[in-house]
Amino acid sequence: MRRQASIFLLPVLLIGLMVVGKAMAAESNKNLILSTTTSTQDSGLLDVLVPMFEKQTGYSVKTVSVGTGQALALAAKGDADVALVHAPSLEKQYVADGKLLNRRLVMYNDFVIVGPKEDPAKIKSAKTALAALKQIEQTQFRFVSRGDNSGTHSLEKALWKEAGITPKGDWYIEAGQGMGATLGIANERNAYTITDRGTLLALGKRVNLPILIEGDKALLNIYSVMEVNPANGPRINAAGAKAFADFMVAPQTQNVIKNFGVEKFGQSLFFPVAGKKEEELGV
Amino acid sequence: MELIWQGIVKAIELVFGFDPEVWAITSLSLKISGSATLISLLLGIPLGIMLALTQFFGRSLIVALVNTGMGLPPVVVGLFVSLFLWRSGPLGFLELIYSPTAMVIAQVIIAFPIVAGLTMASFQALDPKLALQLVGIGASRPQLLWLLCKEARLPLLAAVMAGFGGVISEVGASMMVGGNIRGQTRVLTTATVLETGKGNFDIAIALGLILLALTFTINFFLTRIQQREQLRWPKLS
Repeated sequence: MRRQASIFLLPVLLIGLMVVGKAMAAESNKNLILSTTTSTQDSGLLDVLVPMFEKQTGYSVKTVSVGTGQALALAAKGDADVALVHAPSLEKQYVADGKLLNRRLVMYNDFVIVGPKEDPAKIKSAKTALAALKQIEQTQFRFVSRGDNSGTHSLEKALWKEAGITPKGDWYIEAGQGMGATLGIANERNAYTITDRGTLLALGKRVNLPILIEGDKALLNIYSVMEVNPANGPRINAAGAKAFADFMVAPQTQNVIKNFGVEKFGQSLFFPVAGKKEEELGV
Repeated sequence: MELIWQGIVKAIELVFGFDPEVWAITSLSLKISGSATLISLLLGIPLGIMLALTQFFGRSLIVALVNTGMGLPPVVVGLFVSLFLWRSGPLGFLELIYSPTAMVIAQVIIAFPIVAGLTMASFQALDPKLALQLVGIGASRPQLLWLLCKEARLPLLAAVMAGFGGVISEVGASMMVGGNIRGQTRVLTTATVLETGKGNFDIAIALGLILLALTFTINFFLTRIQQREQLRWPKLS
């Protein structure tokens, strides 16, 4: 009988825990939903910045990291309060439509094109990203695309469009996954792909694909923060959104961004650019 | 092979080094899936008994729905629960999206049909004459139900295990409605996906091993309770 009693006690205990947990969650009406990209999360930057922000302001942040396309869509529906993303052309569209407000540059790094050591499409001599993609298409050598409407994917699509190419065929592999997983596929299949430098550095030795194209202005990866227009839906935390956006461009935060990753990778993963305009970066 | 070994070593390090984050993730997984299983039992057992023991209009429709529900894809559940709980959704005012409560709701929807379906099957497997006999010796309705439950306890425990196993190992719905938020809704399965994406395969393997160890331990205890009074092959002389 005693043993039976303990079987029934366990669930009662669990329910009790849930009730307490829920009461604690309800207490804080300072909830803030940040929709952001996988690269800020996978690099570990948000694990540093979010606790800092919470400590400074008392807000409790729910970070939802998805592809930039989805992050922006969530914000436009009013299902997030603030967005930290990296797809300038998409972002400007949302700002023009009045869905997102007050777009401010936060930081940048760059994309690089990696590929097999033997470089079968000879893109290393192509120098620019555009010429490299054209050569990959001509040789029909394997290329892995994110295929998930992320910031990286939208840059890739913009490049194909500029090259006048509609990529399709057996050589064009659409992963539909985050950057880490996509690099993993490219590595296993010995294929070309476009990646942000941060994720590539973070994966380190796990990826055996050398950088073949870098330093092209077309490969600049710019992150911006935008506040969600309170008109997008009910319950948008506009004050919290502004506090987070202000925090991201504050000098102290920008300094943390500059130093992030230096110890682990020997170089910065992101470069702060608050207060600058895109033209000043040469885009 | 070396990677798997590294994962095992990492798992031991994380568990016995009492890594606070791993412990928090593990206990959150247990809390969420434990609560979901319990709620599924409270809803599923009565429904299963009702479906097994009574006849009413529309019964076969509900049975078909329960049987379909036993194979509900968790991502579909996740999508629909998200649609309802997003701020822009009909239940958005509850502000439940990206919370443990949202994950419990999704997991209940996944586990409840499994519990109901298996409960129904276990009651239908009882000898129909048993109920008649019990009434014959003067059992009241609550007594009858209790005695039938006792009679069906072995398959009922199987229902508990199947329900719990279904939700603790589920990743699609937890990811969508929970958001995999560090310190709030990150559970063993979603953390495994994240660490794999980050390329931290050793931590991913370690989390996977912890999940396996956890489900094994729980099933082991439930199995021991279940198998205490098994029917033994009689000794024939």
